[in-house]
Amino acid sequence: MAAPIPNSAGDRAAIMLRSKRGNQRLIEQFIQGGTFSATLVSAFTTIGIVVVLLLNSLPFFQQVSVGEFLTGREWQPAGGKFGILPLVSSTLLITLGSAFISIPLGLMVGIFLAEYAPRKVRNVVKPALELLAGVPTVVYGYFALTVVTPFLRSIFPTIAPLNLLAGAIVVGIMTLPLVSSLCEDAISSVPRSLPDGAVAMGATKFESIKDVVIPAALSGIVASFILAISRAVGEVMAVAMAAGLMPNLTANFLDGGMTMTAYIVNTSKGDLPRGGIDYFTVFAVGLTLFFITLGLNLLANKFVRKYRQVYS
Amino acid sequence: MSRFSTPAAAARIRQRKTVDRVFVVLMGIAAFIAVSLLVILLYRIGSSGMRYLGPDLINEFPGRRATGSGARHALFGTLWIMSLTLLFTVPIGVGAAIYLEEFNRRDSWFKRIIQLNIANLSGVPSIIYGMLGLAIFVPFVAVLAGDARSGKTLLAGALTMSLLSLPLVIMVAQEALKAVPSSLRDGSLALGATRWQTIRRVVLPQATPGILTGIILAASRAIGETAPLIVVGAAVMVNSVPTGPFDSYGVLPLQVFNWAQRPQQDFKDLSASTIIVLMGILISLNAIAIIMRMRAQRRA
Repeated sequence: MAAPIPNSAGDRAAIMLRSKRGNQRLIEQFIQGGTFSATLVSAFTTIGIVVVLLLNSLPFFQQVSVGEFLTGREWQPAGGKFGILPLVSSTLLITLGSAFISIPLGLMVGIFLAEYAPRKVRNVVKPALELLAGVPTVVYGYFALTVVTPFLRSIFPTIAPLNLLAGAIVVGIMTLPLVSSLCEDAISSVPRSLPDGAVAMGATKFESIKDVVIPAALSGIVASFILAISRAVGEVMAVAMAAGLMPNLTANFLDGGMTMTAYIVNTSKGDLPRGGIDYFTVFAVGLTLFFITLGLNLLANKFVRKYRQVYS
Repeated sequence: MSRFSTPAAAARIRQRKTVDRVFVVLMGIAAFIAVSLLVILLYRIGSSGMRYLGPDLINEFPGRRATGSGARHALFGTLWIMSLTLLFTVPIGVGAAIYLEEFNRRDSWFKRIIQLNIANLSGVPSIIYGMLGLAIFVPFVAVLAGDARSGKTLLAGALTMSLLSLPLVIMVAQEALKAVPSSLRDGSLALGATRWQTIRRVVLPQATPGILTGIILAASRAIGETAPLIVVGAAVMVNSVPTGPFDSYGVLPLQVFNWAQRPQQDFKDLSASTIIVLMGILISLNAIAIIMRMRAQRRA
């Protein structure tokens, strides 16, 4: 079809409009494509993490069997001993110890904020917790070295200068705001009618919280516990500074140790020759760490979704 | 308590009320402990850090002795890392949020997978991102620079931190976009505006305060994280200020780490001074976020 000859002002306007529409469609498609590719970056990040960890730990597992890696009781890469248990035991002790602080304290603070705190107190406690959550982890490491460990030494004179207990304590403080704010959210999302009903039936406020609110918010509360544990497993700087860099298969909090994360950061700093056994070992430990935290996070997600389905 | 039929019932009620009162006190004590932990932490840093808090700290480089040492390279390294990280992560993060909330609004398996993936990424330990950077960005940047030894530069660090903060930016920006009422979108579309015109002129201006909060959170993470940067090669022994993305660099938290571990008390105090600078930057960034949130609330 021949192009219409613009013979009137109206025709010219129509043509201009049409070409402008064409431009707009192009812009639309361009923007949509661009934002779509941005979305794909997150997918590629996950794929990248999995591929990088698997590919680079493969050479490690060609030299060291999976069984030896997972059950070996000695970690001395320089001496050819690659049993991850000492690293796992340090990580486990710090994680459990920190959970003993962050879980009860965080839950109590969460209940306090959601159920009891008058507005004025809330306005102090909430920003304080937010600030605590925003403190960089090296600062907690500094705190462990200069405050917590000297304090512990006055109680346990035999404690190692770098010890797991100090690491557990600072990681517990660090993850407390995470637990308290997620617990507060979970408790606040329980409809008021439930505890009000209990109080109307003669329950005390404590009873309404213990028997009604907490069971109703349980999945959110459990999710916050799991996320705090996952954070503790993946924490690096504070534990490396507090607990040290001595692989040690121990169940004693007063000993020093080396977590999986501390091994990774300590080995990969400076000039780690690409393609050596140390390089691949770092990735094998990273792969283990990744699977542990992924499992914990998926579990937490499951709990979170459960409580969202019930009340919103 | 004569209203109750038996003395036993009255006693039980008294006991329940006591438990109730004790419980309130316990919860209050827990909150008090949490706040005092922060106070102790800040007091400790403040009292130890005052000693070396002076112009040397931002004008000098690390030296053999604490007196006269500074963290100038680390301050600039941190600012570089923060700016480069935002340069990458903000367009990608906000773009992804726009796609998920504006272009692809329907629930689909693709969206659900992406959403689950973003949630999981936000829980991946930061050091894993460092390993991703070590395996991919460090060699990539070395090729870009045309020098096999120079992969451990600002650019590799910033790319790593960008991926690390991406899930956070996406999630916060999504929340901000969700909060924009759909009536505004529908009105704009009904008047003949295209999707992008609607997003640019109607949705984004409404969502800006929320998105800015996300950006500031991302900046805070980029400033405070240490471990992934150590893995991708941030260095302690740097005696110059970086001038471009292909320079080697140090960052403030790494300097804190290094000085806090020295046996001498002088260096521990110097570390505390560096923490004050670091937290000063973080707190001012967060103050900006809070002011913006309040402004947005006032307007709403």
